[in-house]
Amino acid sequence: MSSGYNFAYLDEPTKRMLRRSLLKAVAIPGYQVPFASREMPLPFGWGTGGIQVTAAILGRDDRLKVIDQGADDTTNAVSIRDFFAKTAGVATTLSTRDATVIQTRHRIPETPLQHGQIMVFQVPIPEPLRWLEPRETETRRMHAFADYGAMHLKLYEDVARYGRITTAYDYPVLVAGRYLMRPSPIPRFDNPKLDASPALMLFGAGREKRIYAVPPYTSVKSLDFEDHPFTIESWDRPCARCGAADSYLDEIITDDRGGRRFVCSDTDHCNQRLDAKEKAA
Amino acid sequence: MYVAVKGGAAAIRAAHELLADVRRGDRDVPQVDLAQIDQQLGGAVDRVMAEASLYDRELAAVAIRQARGDLFEAVFLLRAYRTTLPRLGDSEPLNTGAMQVDRRISATFKDLPGGQVLGATFDYTHRLLDFELDAPDLSATTPVCTAPPPPRVGDLLGADGLIEPNPDDGSTPADITRDPPTYPASRAARLQALSRGDEGFLLALGYSTQRGYGWSHPFAGEIRRGFVDVEFVPEELGFAITIGKVEVTEVDMVNHFSGTEDTPPCFTRGYGLAFGHGERKAMSMALVDRALRAAELGEDVAGPAQDQEFVLSHCDNVEASGFVQHLKLPHYVDFQAELDVLRRLRAERIEEEALKEAAE
Repeated sequence: MSSGYNFAYLDEPTKRMLRRSLLKAVAIPGYQVPFASREMPLPFGWGTGGIQVTAAILGRDDRLKVIDQGADDTTNAVSIRDFFAKTAGVATTLSTRDATVIQTRHRIPETPLQHGQIMVFQVPIPEPLRWLEPRETETRRMHAFADYGAMHLKLYEDVARYGRITTAYDYPVLVAGRYLMRPSPIPRFDNPKLDASPALMLFGAGREKRIYAVPPYTSVKSLDFEDHPFTIESWDRPCARCGAADSYLDEIITDDRGGRRFVCSDTDHCNQRLDAKEKAA
Repeated sequence: MYVAVKGGAAAIRAAHELLADVRRGDRDVPQVDLAQIDQQLGGAVDRVMAEASLYDRELAAVAIRQARGDLFEAVFLLRAYRTTLPRLGDSEPLNTGAMQVDRRISATFKDLPGGQVLGATFDYTHRLLDFELDAPDLSATTPVCTAPPPPRVGDLLGADGLIEPNPDDGSTPADITRDPPTYPASRAARLQALSRGDEGFLLALGYSTQRGYGWSHPFAGEIRRGFVDVEFVPEELGFAITIGKVEVTEVDMVNHFSGTEDTPPCFTRGYGLAFGHGERKAMSMALVDRALRAAELGEDVAGPAQDQEFVLSHCDNVEASGFVQHLKLPHYVDFQAELDVLRRLRAERIEEEALKEAAE
């Protein structure tokens, strides 16, 4: 694999094309930049956008972390990490703190990100207005005019019908007060981490051929109403493994009699806390 | 008990070893070699080359064997290889008029210059399973067509002005593998997307135009199949040289058109081209191409096959297959978020009902 292919798989002109798109995306926070997405040796819908972005920004000294559902050991995260270990030979890490580039699907790590770190999100559907308007020609016009009334109306209809906003994940945000953006299918719990983050956030949608970005220290506001403020998920018990009371928990069914356990979805966070506990003991 | 998916890497490795084992099957049965796939499963090779948009019979055979005959998977393998190849330049447009045809039929004229050449075709075969096929009698050799290239039916009609000319403004066509899609897409971009589009999807869309979902009144003006030269102009030479031959199926559909204020009534075209013996694909493509011209010809855009965004953004089976199957990936985090919302809604409802009951 490592022979016969360029560093990080993609050829250099393709990477340059990607970097140009990334620069434009950073210059216009939240704006979806069309790019000539390539077929990757992994299927579309399995992180090809994120993989192309990572391939374009990876240097030899980078330390790459890949997570899926917050975990380093889920099958697709393992597969993507192996892909870059093979094609770029870069160092990989499970530690959020040590990573320079973190490719993710569906989560932002619990450990606060630092200046200089880059998050790369895998995005299935980049267009926040897609379920309201299937046509690209229309949605691009709506973005151009910042015509986001339809989204507010959708959220309002939720409130009218259910008494609350029922969007559970991929909750729409307004970036730098201008562009409506899908944060990718992260839970609402992670939305506040996007706001004024010191890290650079890059989003790649391979199948849909769009790249967008949130530069460091940029305002990212989850849409809501004064009388129905944005809320995040909460649990009435801590992580059964490390005892964290402030992390996003996965629910694990332990038997067929309704038994449940809740553990951190962020495996690195959970393991670090356990290690610290063991050291202290 | 903590039941997280530990050891993902080991599990993936084991799954791939199992796949290799299943792919090879019973070791007492000889492995198919690439020449066998190329020679005896030519239809599969043609389809994989067409939808991967890479003309290389041997690589297609490699992909088909590696994919254990799963042609979608083979297309994907070949596409992922194709995308790493450098682009050296554009060939000259294929001159299909100079094609050495081994099949050429027209449904619009009983006889015409160059005649009707059936060539190798499933048409008119009775679809009866042939239990003797493992020992076919091939002692009688069938003559192949060696006549000079026949004139195009479109040109014959065009001489009388009965069909619209094929417009060529000389501009460089779009390249859908290098330019992100924009709508409305040019006809060149549409034809590229269709020619690598999924045969089944295009077949169904083409079929839908015949059943009223999009106005269409097509005749198979001409179907021709054979080898054509690929010519390229190297910068240092400045003139075209032939760099190889490709086998293609070309379909020119003739469609009714009532004309507009500016143009007198004439026939319009739908165009299809596929690598190899790709007649079903090329015909479907020609129907869909014509349907997608609805807007430019001032027709109502009513059926799915006439809707550019719908057709072009869903016709690629590498994209479609990947996204449909990504549902296999873990979604625990989103599902947990959905559970959270659902439980809150249910709790609120139960609370409301309890209050209501207490009030009653």
